[in-house]
Amino acid sequence: MSAPTTTVGISDEVRELADQEYQYGFSTDLETEVAPKGLSEDIIRLISAKKNEPEWLLDWRLKAYRHWITLTPPTWQHVSYGPVDYQDIIYYADPRPKKQVTSMDEVDPELRAMFDKLGISLGEQERLSGVAVDAIVDSVSVATTFKDKLAEVGVIFCSFSEAVQEHPDLVRKYLGSVVPYNDNFFACLNSAVFTDGSFCYIPKGVHCPMELSTYFRINAADTGQFERTLIIAEEGAYVSYLEGCTAPVRDKNQLHAAVVELVALEDAQIKYSTVQNWYPGDADGNGGVYNFVTKRGMASGKNAKISWTQVETGSAITWKYPGVILKGDNSVGEFYSVALTARRQQADTGSKMVHIGKNTKSTIISKAISAGHGQNTYRGLVDIRHSAVGARNFTQCDSLLIGKDSGAHTLPYIDVKNQTGQVEHEASTSKIGEEQLLYCRQRGIPEEEAVSMIVNGFCREVFKMLPMEFAVEAQKLLTVSLEGSVG
Amino acid sequence: MLKIKELHASIENKEILRGVNLDLKAGEVHAIMGPNGSGKSTLASVLIGRDGYDVSGSVTYEGQDLLALSPEERAAAGVFLAFQHPVEIPGVGNMYFMRTALNSLRRQRGQEELDAVDFLALAQERMKLVEMDQTFMSRSVNEGFSGGEKKRNEILQMAILEPKLAILDETDSGLDIDALRVVASGVNALRSEGRTMLVITHHQRLLDYIVPDFVHVMAAGQIVHSGDKDLALELEANGYAGLTPRSARVGASV
Ligand SMILES: Nc1ncnc2c1ncn2[C@@H]1O[C@H](COP(=O)(O)OP(=O)(O)O)[C@@H](O)[C@H]1O
Ligand SMILES: [Mg+2]
Repeated sequence: MSAPTTTVGISDEVRELADQEYQYGFSTDLETEVAPKGLSEDIIRLISAKKNEPEWLLDWRLKAYRHWITLTPPTWQHVSYGPVDYQDIIYYADPRPKKQVTSMDEVDPELRAMFDKLGISLGEQERLSGVAVDAIVDSVSVATTFKDKLAEVGVIFCSFSEAVQEHPDLVRKYLGSVVPYNDNFFACLNSAVFTDGSFCYIPKGVHCPMELSTYFRINAADTGQFERTLIIAEEGAYVSYLEGCTAPVRDKNQLHAAVVELVALEDAQIKYSTVQNWYPGDADGNGGVYNFVTKRGMASGKNAKISWTQVETGSAITWKYPGVILKGDNSVGEFYSVALTARRQQADTGSKMVHIGKNTKSTIISKAISAGHGQNTYRGLVDIRHSAVGARNFTQCDSLLIGKDSGAHTLPYIDVKNQTGQVEHEASTSKIGEEQLLYCRQRGIPEEEAVSMIVNGFCREVFKMLPMEFAVEAQKLLTVSLEGSVG
Repeated sequence: MLKIKELHASIENKEILRGVNLDLKAGEVHAIMGPNGSGKSTLASVLIGRDGYDVSGSVTYEGQDLLALSPEERAAAGVFLAFQHPVEIPGVGNMYFMRTALNSLRRQRGQEELDAVDFLALAQERMKLVEMDQTFMSRSVNEGFSGGEKKRNEILQMAILEPKLAILDETDSGLDIDALRVVASGVNALRSEGRTMLVITHHQRLLDYIVPDFVHVMAAGQIVHSGDKDLALELEANGYAGLTPRSARVGASV
């Protein structure tokens, strides 16, 4: 059941590169409207009022808050971190320029400069790639592009706040339908205080004409991030959604507790891809983002399909288990993951596949890479319920260790209640990494380049699931992350 | 071009090379024979800079101290090893790997890199030498290759990287007679005045195809016998047991 573990030896020269500065470490001074620190019913009322929300939504938030204060943070994950002071967090910060943005030219020049630094200038995106970008800075949507084009086919792609105003019935129908407000500690907190996020609705039979993309970004100091994303694909609809992020250097740990809910009806397909590169903390483990995210999809209709693909290289601590509830008969759930932990990063991640419908099928491919003092845990749950006649799961988790101080752990849980179910775990036979490294170096490929090549090869099965441009970006990111932290 | 003097190597306090002396001149082909476990692969490992050995003695390669260089620097200086057990690198395309290797060497030597098109042309030409077809290039490095295919892939890399010193470690093992002929003719095509070869084998058979200038016999971490190609035939007839340790002639070329 345990995954093959491979070791790559690293020389001192490479170790020296370990403390290279975080490439995206900078902070932009936007005009920010900030709520006082701390959490209370008043703060929640303030957020709700600021956002001009309907009564039912405020009630939902308050219900979540009242439940949350009865909860204690979970401790079962294989990560360790100091206690988070939830009263020391700012729950609302609005960087939106006073005036409403109608075109790219009106977007805060400083904000645009920030995107330039990240190499994701919106203008470029708009012109070259045909990707609609809903840019989120400090939880508030600042610029949304390609809206008109999407509107032509009836696709709704907007900020969550806007959806609450413009499409309240849809939001009310699906909000919390996949991740209930009381699902877990962090999802519950998010339900109480979420400030913004993305909303996406693909009508019946529509194949979304472009990849939808959101760049998340944490900016104001000590601002917890509580995004909420809701994607609904009606019968026979298709959408591919990209989420990518970077964050500036911070001394204090930043909490990020997002919730993503996906709903796929009959014959619908949702492909959700993430490249996550939040600030991982320095070499001693100071600073860095706490990424405690709840992501879940509901394949509610027959033949529905939901795929999660993630490349995680950032964050001090990552704690997430994108999963799929396979309710519709013949529905399909997929999870493809690359998780890199270097320096003192910790990741406890995996997937949860719940088989309810007949002939449901799930695939989990997890590639964990640990370098430096990085700790990587795969935690997966395959849950085959009584009703799931003929359900099938295939799981493969491989770990790659770089250096002597890193760690990898594999914790697959399987619960099969229907004996027609078929659960398969596979571990590919891998040769020792040191031998691969020597082979590359003997051919003249310098050590660091060789490590990157071997690691990228190790991840290829996952990269090939990503949309083309994203795959290239992910590969670069992996290389950069290794350059900065191998050893 | 390569002078090995009193080379000792131990691993985990076990001495494996116990004073190896060899002298290879440019363009010569030397064969090293010897029973399993005598230290032939260890010698190759020490020459390419594998980690983990305690090494003493000296190795001078084209006037410089080879032991002071990293494995990639040795490669850039023209040292190549066709591995006895080539490793698989899943997910890394064979073509991409070879191009990266060639361009790394070229970069270290201050030469211009080859683009994908020029490289493809070069690879296609060299693939003929070992009768390999294009499909091998799109597969991952050595992954799922048969024993013989792996060996051919090693010689293909040698043909593309054009080393000055090529060490072939048991390139004949696991090959049937046809594959052996293909590999040997590939190697022979790469023989040149500017290329020195150290051919490790424990079968005389290979030396029928790759005819060496000198033959050395290794036993228990030392070169115990050196001679010309007839020594291989003698060994074939009498076995290693017939040889006395420590031949008077240490190092073949005079
Ligand atoms: N990593 C190692 N640790 C301990 N002993 C080793 C190691 N590698 C090789 N040896 C030993 O060194 C001796 C020589 O091995 P090798 O050089 O592979 O011989 P050959 O190639 O001539 O068959 C053998 O006894 C082998 O078991
Ligand atoms: Mg050997």
